[in-house]
Amino acid sequence: MGERVTMTINGMSHEDEVEPRTLLVHHLRETVGLTGTHVGCDTSQCGACTVLLDGDAVKSCTVLAVQADGAAITTIEGMARGDELHPLQQAFWDEHGLQCGYCTPGFIMTAAKLLSDNPNPTDDEIKIGLEGNLCRCTGYVNILKAVRTASRRMLSGSTAASASARSSE
Amino acid sequence: MAVSQLVGARVQRREDPRLITGHGHYTDDGEPRGCTALQVVRSPHPHALIRSLDTARAVAAPGVLRVLVGADFRAVLRGTMPVTPSFVADKRQVPERFPIADREVVYQGEPVAVVVALSRTAAADAAELVDVDYEPLQAVVDPDRALEADSARTHAGAPDNVCWDVTYTGGDVAAAFAEAEVVIRERIGQQRLAPTAMEPRVVIAEPDPYGGRLTIRLGSQNPHFIRLFVSQALGMAETQVRVVSRDVGGGFGCKISPYPEDYLVPAAARLLGRPVRWVETRSEAMVGTSHGRGQVYDVEVAAKRDGTLLGMRLTQILDVGAYCGTFGAFQAVAVYMAPGAYRWRGVEGRTVGVLTNKVPTDPYRGAGRPEGTHLVERMVDRLAGELGMDPAEVRRRNFAEAFPFTNPFGLVYDSGDYGRTLARALDLVDYPALRHRQAALRLQGRYLGIGLSTYVEICGLGPSAATAAATGGIALVEGAQVRVFPTGSVAVYVGTHAQGQGHDTTFAQIAAATLGIPIEQVELHHGDTDEGTGFGYGTYGSRSLSVGGMAIRGATIKVVEKARRLAAHLLEADEADVIFEGGRFAVRGSPAASRSFAEVALAAYGPDLPHGMEQGLEAVHYFDPANFVWPFGAHVCVAEVDAETGQVTIDRYVAVDDCGTVVNPMIVDGQIQGGIAQGIAQALFEEVVYDPDSGQLRTGTLLDYLVPTMSELPVPELSRTVTPSPINALGVKGVGEAGTIAASAAVINAVSDALQPFGIRHVDMPASPDRLWRLIQEARRP
Ligand code: FES
Ligand code: FES
Repeated sequence: MGERVTMTINGMSHEDEVEPRTLLVHHLRETVGLTGTHVGCDTSQCGACTVLLDGDAVKSCTVLAVQADGAAITTIEGMARGDELHPLQQAFWDEHGLQCGYCTPGFIMTAAKLLSDNPNPTDDEIKIGLEGNLCRCTGYVNILKAVRTASRRMLSGSTAASASARSSE
Repeated sequence: MAVSQLVGARVQRREDPRLITGHGHYTDDGEPRGCTALQVVRSPHPHALIRSLDTARAVAAPGVLRVLVGADFRAVLRGTMPVTPSFVADKRQVPERFPIADREVVYQGEPVAVVVALSRTAAADAAELVDVDYEPLQAVVDPDRALEADSARTHAGAPDNVCWDVTYTGGDVAAAFAEAEVVIRERIGQQRLAPTAMEPRVVIAEPDPYGGRLTIRLGSQNPHFIRLFVSQALGMAETQVRVVSRDVGGGFGCKISPYPEDYLVPAAARLLGRPVRWVETRSEAMVGTSHGRGQVYDVEVAAKRDGTLLGMRLTQILDVGAYCGTFGAFQAVAVYMAPGAYRWRGVEGRTVGVLTNKVPTDPYRGAGRPEGTHLVERMVDRLAGELGMDPAEVRRRNFAEAFPFTNPFGLVYDSGDYGRTLARALDLVDYPALRHRQAALRLQGRYLGIGLSTYVEICGLGPSAATAAATGGIALVEGAQVRVFPTGSVAVYVGTHAQGQGHDTTFAQIAAATLGIPIEQVELHHGDTDEGTGFGYGTYGSRSLSVGGMAIRGATIKVVEKARRLAAHLLEADEADVIFEGGRFAVRGSPAASRSFAEVALAAYGPDLPHGMEQGLEAVHYFDPANFVWPFGAHVCVAEVDAETGQVTIDRYVAVDDCGTVVNPMIVDGQIQGGIAQGIAQALFEEVVYDPDSGQLRTGTLLDYLVPTMSELPVPELSRTVTPSPINALGVKGVGEAGTIAASAAVINAVSDALQPFGIRHVDMPASPDRLWRLIQEARRP
């Protein structure tokens, strides 16, 4: 009854057997063991499950694992390079862009796509770009700041601005 | 950064590296070996009798291990789910609640059976095959209607629908009204809200095959209370049950009380002898996780023509739901807080808890204080409108000024300067200019409103004498344990448990500051009942810092005192001459002879101790505060209403808050921002709606229940004053709920102010375009 699927997840090839109705998010969490992608709803409203699928930000609760056969997927676990955080991760940390952190992986993945399409977005563009993600803790204020900060740092090529900021504050 | 400056510093959060990389540990992230899946079969009816329940088809479905119904659970679960007094000791009737219904269902979503299967999909499929034959009964939906003599009953055969009906009187209310030159009346609603923490509830129970113990993993605001309640129900000693709550994806009050699944999953795990996991879907959360608010107030205020407040009478009708929530009656605290930041001759408040066929209400961010604040802040604005006075002036004229200040109900506000936060907020918005702009815009047919909210709130639960009456025995103090290891690194255990508030950071700041060591040497532990003190009291009511933080401080001080005695011995000095500074113990006057904290820690495990001293360097401290703490502030909302569409646009939102001493300003601002967002969400967007006739939930998903997105919320401008609390040595108050407590009143006062030219005096929540458009249409009708 299972179907074989092969995906490249965070740069590594995974071949697994899945039930046809298994959602990508459950496949990632339960079979592959990447639990950084979260589930916050059952009507594709919250965005907690967002991953990059062939470079597009998708809500992985709306995609079947079999549909992702052959795709390249990036999850939150694939964003840092070793110890070096992705500029968005660093900016979320620096700007206090998270409280409980449950929504955060989804926001970071959606924002990653936004910044790759539009490296220097206006506030309104950020807000529209992140409208499909819900956060219950932050009031979004510092999420907006974090995306702005990440965008600025990525444009100027500096991602390490924060290490010094951290010790001086 | 110097250790001495740790308290007050913007230390970046220590919990973030794991959370931003996907390595957080929320309950559903770890699955025990051989784990099975549990699916709850829920009643689709708000009120019905169960005629029969047939599990045969489900039992035969592929992958199914067991199907369990009420009778199965009655064999292994004793008693009923707990209902604490929550300050309303005299309840008329408290319907008994067993975690699963077997005769009568009283709310949509109530469990009637569970399926345990090898996989989630197998469990979900089989759950569809459980055949339940219901005889639907009339649902009780509207609380007002529920109070009428001929209303249907929430529970068949009950005498009425009253859960409690209590009146509190403070001061001389009759005299206050006798003196009145003006009396204003209003009916003010508080719609039901769904707390909607982004992480749904999850329960995993795992029997230990060797020792007979049971581990329960769930996202909880107070794991120790869950251990207490569930162990007793299972007939197990507390030592036999371990409750673990690691990262929690938001709580806001809805992860305080125990839920049916918190009993059913562990009981099923014991019956099967296997690990069992239940994961709530969002749709289940909307019907099964507690709601908040759900109240309506009839209020009258007596005042003088010069704006002096005299007296208030209010009745709170509180929609309890089908059962009384474990801490549901706490929402009646709205009555005690209705006096707000003002002086009154007398206030009388009646609270009526009404049973309805809906999921129980329980604390939701602010729990009673947003309602009390909304009420009094609205009435002050109504009075200003009635008298043609500036609402800021009415506030100034009535503010409590001398502290400690005793409100009509005998609650003692610890410290405050309400005039100062208001003045700062008005300055920040340039209030006089804003009023001019408002007048000018009105001439152009544009409707700008300015709304003030000068709140005060009670938090820091709390003093043992007062809070034991809330739980029915256990005083809501807090315990902490500090263990210093031989190399000088320190483990701190505390009985509170964060759901996003950053305790790993704030509490480590406090411990490191007292111990004089770098924060990196401190590790904070919470959320596991196998560790730390014998009991922990949890995180709710903005209590963690002012009670838990103080417990940590107390335990670290005990450690330092022992280390000082030991250092004196090592330095061959008199203890009184040993000073502790910059992480070193030194002899006064001869700084060359000194020992670092780590050196003393190592010595504590060695042979050379002062006479009578035991080895080791650790301490436990319980902190019992002398009073509650009372944060306050002034929020100003500037909003424009489009009279053609009813759309509200928030132009500016300015918040000046005072939560006493600030330990971590970044975290404090974050709490305020998030709090304001939830207050605005109530004011403009969210509402749990049940069909008034059938009692069916209409807002069952996030499609219908409108949690605001990034585009719908303003960026508030924050400022603060610092008035330390005299109640604790840190001078801290609390900040987790302040934003929510203040915000709904500020927004609705702004919207009501905007609509004043239409003769509209009051607007209920949510102030949706639809509601405002109707109000404006009615007002325009000749
Ligand atoms: S889980 Fe909510 S959108 Fe996917
Ligand atoms: S940080 Fe908690 S939901 Fe966004």
